[in-house]
Amino acid sequence: MTMPVIELSEVSRRYDDGPPALHEASLTVQPGEAVAILGPSGSGKSTLLNLVAGLDRPDTGTVTVDGVRVDRLGEAGSALYRRSKIGMVFQFFNLLDDLTVTDNVVLPARLAGTARGEADRRAAELLELLGIDRHARAYPGRLSGGERQRVAVARALMNRPALLLADEPTGALDTAAGQDVSRLLTGLNAEGQTIVVVTHDLALARSCTNRTVRIADGRITEDVRSQDVRSQAVASQAVR
Amino acid sequence: MSALGKVVRAGVTRRRVQTLVIGLATMMAVAASVLGGSLLVVSGAPFDDAFARQHGAHLSVQFDAGKVRAGQLAKSEDAEGVSSAAGPFRTATITPRSDGAGPGWPMTVVGRGDPGRDVDEVALLDGRWPSHSGEIVLSADSSLLPTMGMKIAFPDLSGRPTLTVVGVARSVTHTADAWVVPSQMPALTAPGSGGYQMLYRFTDAGTAAQVTAGGKAVTKSLPPGTAVGEQSWLTVKKTAERDTAVYVPYLLAFGALGLIMSVLVVGNVVASAVGSGTRRIGVLKAVGFTPPQVVRAYVDQALIPAAAGTVLGVLAGHLLAVPVLAETEEVYGTSSLGVAPWVDLAVIAAVLGLVAATALASAWRAGRLRTADALAVGRTASAGRGRWAARLAGRLPLPQPVALGLARPFTRPARALAMGTAILFGTVAVTFTVGMGASLGQVMKAKAHDAADVVVPAPLPDFGPGGPGPKKQPKADPVAVATAIEAAAGTGRYYSAATVRATVPGLTGTIDVIGFTGDASWGGYSMVSGRWIDRPGEAVVPSPFLAATGTRIGDTVTLNGLAEPVTVRIVGEVLDPRNDGRQVFTDASTLTAAHPDLRETSHHIAVSSGTDVTGYADTLNKDLAPLGVTARAGGLDAGGDMVVTLNALSAILTLMLVAVAALGVLNGVLLDTRERVREIGVQKALGMTPRQTVAMVLTSVVVTGLVAGALGVPLGVALHGWVVPAMGDSVGLRLPGSVITVYHGAELLPLALGGLLIATLGALLPAGWAAAARTATALRTE
Repeated sequence: MTMPVIELSEVSRRYDDGPPALHEASLTVQPGEAVAILGPSGSGKSTLLNLVAGLDRPDTGTVTVDGVRVDRLGEAGSALYRRSKIGMVFQFFNLLDDLTVTDNVVLPARLAGTARGEADRRAAELLELLGIDRHARAYPGRLSGGERQRVAVARALMNRPALLLADEPTGALDTAAGQDVSRLLTGLNAEGQTIVVVTHDLALARSCTNRTVRIADGRITEDVRSQDVRSQAVASQAVR
Repeated sequence: MSALGKVVRAGVTRRRVQTLVIGLATMMAVAASVLGGSLLVVSGAPFDDAFARQHGAHLSVQFDAGKVRAGQLAKSEDAEGVSSAAGPFRTATITPRSDGAGPGWPMTVVGRGDPGRDVDEVALLDGRWPSHSGEIVLSADSSLLPTMGMKIAFPDLSGRPTLTVVGVARSVTHTADAWVVPSQMPALTAPGSGGYQMLYRFTDAGTAAQVTAGGKAVTKSLPPGTAVGEQSWLTVKKTAERDTAVYVPYLLAFGALGLIMSVLVVGNVVASAVGSGTRRIGVLKAVGFTPPQVVRAYVDQALIPAAAGTVLGVLAGHLLAVPVLAETEEVYGTSSLGVAPWVDLAVIAAVLGLVAATALASAWRAGRLRTADALAVGRTASAGRGRWAARLAGRLPLPQPVALGLARPFTRPARALAMGTAILFGTVAVTFTVGMGASLGQVMKAKAHDAADVVVPAPLPDFGPGGPGPKKQPKADPVAVATAIEAAAGTGRYYSAATVRATVPGLTGTIDVIGFTGDASWGGYSMVSGRWIDRPGEAVVPSPFLAATGTRIGDTVTLNGLAEPVTVRIVGEVLDPRNDGRQVFTDASTLTAAHPDLRETSHHIAVSSGTDVTGYADTLNKDLAPLGVTARAGGLDAGGDMVVTLNALSAILTLMLVAVAALGVLNGVLLDTRERVREIGVQKALGMTPRQTVAMVLTSVVVTGLVAGALGVPLGVALHGWVVPAMGDSVGLRLPGSVITVYHGAELLPLALGGLLIATLGALLPAGWAAAARTATALRTE
């Protein structure tokens, strides 16, 4: 049996004295899956993403990603884990304005100690693959939103991660750019990249993922495969 | 509390580091200024007050009684420029013997019928003025330790007169060691000796040139060669102020450093507070704060910690001034010296005014900002400064965090410049202090003349009247001691030094004449100019001696008060601050005829190579025991309260400056880190470890620290090169190269790296904060 990429078991997280941001959540993601985490603001989806990314630690339960017990890692271990196992794409791109596109893309590899030449070659491949190689020496501020998100995706893929995490990747983009990014993620998943997308955009979830997990009030309320998603979307439109 | 008050309080309490930096910078500036200002005041005020009150003599001139008549001298009062005069008074230099003690030191006695009024009014501190022969008033500064009713005998004079001490007095211009009624003088004057003293006040006597001109005017009508010595009030003033005067250039330097750093750091912190609070300013204006209210809010945010720092600084300044003023009190014999209240008030007003002005200039910008522009800050892309540096650093074969850190200062050049300037001044302070310590060490070495491995100290001289107690042992025979030393195994080089007291025309009181047997040139005597003595009849003297006697190398000087006058030729100027430089070093054979019994002799030995110094001293002591003297390993005591005080002050002030410099860096790096928190969050999300984060933040100050350190060292050396000679000048000492040129290549590199250390110290806290910042939180930061 194939080892799952993500395995959350009875995970809970509470901030201060508030209600649990995540309550006894369990989730398993297999290699090659594209999973959308859906839910309104404050539902717990960002908490779940942070726990998987090793940016936060659960109060109870276990988080295992590609065989690594993320919940047991310290700060340095988490950094090494992120560097080697995951790539992250953010809503507002989070590119470093003072670095060129290439320098942004090579950053994870350089932090991992990859030689500059090797990192540059890998970055050039990715930029070409994503169709933004002509912007290699430009600064992010001169690119469109869609182009910037492509750069962010290239950076996320730099260290060949087992898992690509995307947090509202189209949230700051117009419709056309959003569709462009959606197609990009679909293509990556088609090539075998495991993807988890946190979004409240049902259209994005439908277009580029094959599984949807809904969260409400810190609990996983729904976990459906793509056929089910499409059925529910039709049902929702009928209700309206 | 008003809305404005709440905003100010929130600004002060939320920005704790900025508040702390402003407070500490202000405290340091105030402490240094209070200390410097107080010293400036007390170094001049007691003498000036006493001089004005006692109508001190601008010039006292000693005349040869055998060459000029009293009537001729009286007419000199009418010379041009003389506003008033006193005298002529008969004078004699005689050696007393007080109750129960051996011979004392020669003293200058003046015959005056009363303490005077218009010129050199002698202040009677105790008892009364002599009313008839047989009575004497001693100067409070007399070596006889004046006691009322004490009998003083002069056995060397015919009739062996004995006088009773009826008073203790002080002349502000030190015109005599003792006073008697004029009718007493014939009995105190040996046939063919004695002189006259004339005391003058001039209409203009503020400068040495004016005093010299006055001296020429009063002697113009007199036969040449009648004036055998003179003493300017400026020389006396300089001597009186010597201990405090030495601090002044040093404190001025530290005070200036402190003030400049305070302006820079406070200005930078306030400007940074405004710069980093731009969005907050926008919010304040959006909710209805007027531009003047915004300005006031930011000025108050600077003034509150500055006021707290000022209070602490005044307290610290007073505490630091205590040991310094205590030494000053000893100099003037007073007990009431303290920090003048007006110094406190002036410093408080000046520093708070400075802070307010700096804050106002920065806050004015905040008040003028358009609300929309202020609110937009943080949402727009960065200006893109320093991209070339990022590109260049990225191409260097360095780890990525290091490359990112190296490029950072170029994205905020103004901030890097402010940090660099703080580090620069910190480095200047450290370099200056290290140099000061080395220079003072050299001066103390010259003072102690402690190059010898083993010393047999001279027996102590007799002081004042003897008291009941065991009978004194006879003094050791220096010849026997020398024989024992020469016979000891392991003796390498060796010389002995005998001290006698003498007087010199023109100088009140006695001087020390040190006669050497053997070559003493290796004994730790630093030559300022000229050469060491190499034959009888030659002498080397300290700079103050040359200044006080108006002599130069090549001149001759006559030593009186011995069995017979001894004339020596000055061949060199030596560094020796002891006894106000009133010393003459010569060959012992020069003194043979005038003082055959040189019993006050110390012996200085350099052991031969490979000899254990302690073992040598122990063995020698067995031979010296019967002679009543003891050898000890090591040179003479090189300590000194003034040096201890100066070194302690240096250490405290330097630590304060370094702390402020490090706080300036801390403030800058913290602001930078806060501004970049999201960027750091991204980097951490991409896999930057805490250690890499620390490395990146620390590296961001490396270039600044290195450059500031490299610039600060030569500036510190230059400051030292200016202050140390000025300190020497203030006490009448010319300093040799060994005291001024104290920096060596091997020391300069660590000093230059001190800039890096200051920068690293300042950046450590923000680096730790950045490393510990939660990535998820940082990513959400707006």
